[in-house]
Amino acid sequence: MTDGGRPGTPRSATEQSDFKRELTRVVPHLRAFARGLCGRPDLADDLVQETLLKAWAAQERFEPGTSMRAWTFVILRNAYLTDMRRNRFRGEYDEGVAERILTAPAGQEEPIHLSDLHRALLTLPAERREALLLVGAGGFSYEEAAAICGCAVGTIKSRVGRARAALSEMLASGAIPRRSTSDDVAHRAILDELEMVAAGNGVSTRG
Amino acid sequence: MASNHSQGGKGGSGAGAAQRRAPEWADGLKQLYDSVVEEDLPDSFKDLLDRLDGIPAARGPAAPGGEDTNQ
Repeated sequence: MTDGGRPGTPRSATEQSDFKRELTRVVPHLRAFARGLCGRPDLADDLVQETLLKAWAAQERFEPGTSMRAWTFVILRNAYLTDMRRNRFRGEYDEGVAERILTAPAGQEEPIHLSDLHRALLTLPAERREALLLVGAGGFSYEEAAAICGCAVGTIKSRVGRARAALSEMLASGAIPRRSTSDDVAHRAILDELEMVAAGNGVSTRG
Repeated sequence: MASNHSQGGKGGSGAGAAQRRAPEWADGLKQLYDSVVEEDLPDSFKDLLDRLDGIPAARGPAAPGGEDTNQ
């Protein structure tokens, strides 16, 4: 995530094939992260394809030995934020997931539907959603997630905590609000927030 | 097993319910992620990966869209 490296130094054929092998290996993770971020599988896959092309073009900036998953997640995240600002994603979610139901642990009255969970996730402010995805789903440490998002570790912890609290409340109450992206005011607020996230400043205080 | 638990669950208070649910959906979050990771890769990705070798890396104008990848 630094600009150092060896800009302009062509990769050897071996390095290039190593890079490609590693890139190929992280594609399923990129798809999962993208799906969590933007909900719709087709748009998520478009985003991943865009990410792969950008990663390929920027391969000289990848430092061999570092995490390909983390490196490509940064690219995917930036592409997502850019696309969001261009109004491509509208917080839609995957209807297909509605078929899948979580197995209810013994003693639970009703299972939580994965579709509810996903929809609840998509109502979260973008910076909390990505933090929770990275740590809670992707298995990144707080430190790694902070590096990917370009913010402080404490900020990530706080975002994850708030995201967890909000999801718990929504799922427990069954009240999963839809984020009204068709509403101009709400939409403007989302875009403003994305500007902040893209600029590396989280929205630390928010309703 | 745990027959008295099934009865006790019914009267769960609202405040406590949110906390007890957390582990359940936390697992769901991983399931959502893992279910995508485990999907077969669509052919469009295989095609794209095959095409990459023919695309020169970082010479002149970069990837479509032109956004820098590091910031």
